[in-house]
Amino acid sequence: MIANLVQLAAEEEQNPLIPPGPELLVGTIAFAIVFFVFWKKLLPNINKVLEERRAAIEGGIEEAEAMQVEAQSVLEQYKAQLAEARHEAARLRQEAQEQGATLIAEMRAEGQRQREEIVAAGHAQIEADRKAAASALRQDVGKLATDLAGKLVGESLEDHARQSRVIDRFLDELDQKAEAAR
Amino acid sequence: MSADQTQLAFDWSCRIMSDNGCGFPAPGLHSFLFKPIATVGGFEFNKVMLLALITTVLVIGFFYAAFGKAKVVPGKLQMVGEAGYDFVRRGIVYETLGKKEGEKYVPFMVSLFFFIWIMNIWSVIPLAQFPVSSIIAYPMVLALIVWVIWVGLTFKRHGFVGFFKNVTGYDKSLGAVLPLVMVIEFFSNLLVRPFTHAVRLFANMFAGHLMLVMFTVASWYLLNSWMIPAAGVSFVMTMVMILFELFVQAVQAYVFVLLACSYIQGALAEHH
Repeated sequence: MIANLVQLAAEEEQNPLIPPGPELLVGTIAFAIVFFVFWKKLLPNINKVLEERRAAIEGGIEEAEAMQVEAQSVLEQYKAQLAEARHEAARLRQEAQEQGATLIAEMRAEGQRQREEIVAAGHAQIEADRKAAASALRQDVGKLATDLAGKLVGESLEDHARQSRVIDRFLDELDQKAEAAR
Repeated sequence: MSADQTQLAFDWSCRIMSDNGCGFPAPGLHSFLFKPIATVGGFEFNKVMLLALITTVLVIGFFYAAFGKAKVVPGKLQMVGEAGYDFVRRGIVYETLGKKEGEKYVPFMVSLFFFIWIMNIWSVIPLAQFPVSSIIAYPMVLALIVWVIWVGLTFKRHGFVGFFKNVTGYDKSLGAVLPLVMVIEFFSNLLVRPFTHAVRLFANMFAGHLMLVMFTVASWYLLNSWMIPAAGVSFVMTMVMILFELFVQAVQAYVFVLLACSYIQGALAEHH
């Protein structure tokens, strides 16, 4: 009977659903240590790093975006400058062309003027020479004619008045003939 | 049973069809009893307690190596640690409690998961070969902590009457059956639930260990005469069971933490 009870007690002790006391204590301590180290040290540690990483990634993205915006603005600036430069060059070329054209026109006008001056001077010279030659010729012709006539008629035509009259008449005839011939 | 038997005193000469005529040394409850390896002031320190403490050292050791000097650009170990941490944090806690409410419980759930998992894994580690969680005390301690958190949180959130309504599933629309429902819910939530929470883990590990021991012992016991092929089958089954146990160990740790979260979620809910 007593042996039976002891046997029962022993089997009772082996019921796997009855927790042994010391194990409860050890289990509690073992888990508590894990929990406190995680709670106080390790997880705050890793959370801080994860947060830093997130910030770093976001910061990097923001930086990249800022740089892109800057690059875009610089590009636009360059484009604007380039367009301005092209415009300026075109304007300068246009101006140079216009200036050249005026210069050419001016020079042409100047040349024309000089040419006309020279031609006019030449004409005047020629006219003067012709007149001088004509008057000289007229005197010579008159003299020669009178001399010739005097010789022919033997009569001196020294008489100035008569002489002039004759010469004039002769020359007039000569002019008339010349005009008729023209 | 005598103390000698409890240590699973293995008789190497005990084989099938051997002359000494001993029977199959089947595993049983005695497989879960250990002689103390040291006695300090009446406190008997056994192998399972040692394994539990090594579990603590291992879990802290690994995560200290991974997170102790955590860097923004992680090393290999830190990456593995982060994956595990994120699995519990996002995969379990945020999923059930949400990011805002759940944040507070992340350290508890993370330590719970890895502590249980490593306790389970001892089952297949050579020399240890015993799942710490197959001793009911360890799951029970953890289930008790979850239960205390749940009860305290329900009180804090809903007050005394609210706690009572929450625990008994008070719902006026049930009418006549309400008293019955309230009684059932009261026992279910306050008494049965922490029990099943602990036993679910315990029983899985207990049964797994029995299976592993049985196939392992059988592999040796059958290794004689014309039964040798049967020993081969038993050995293959041991391998299969080890793989299966690896799976069960992770799943049970996951389930335990998932349930803990779901209980806390019930306490946080506005009305049950």
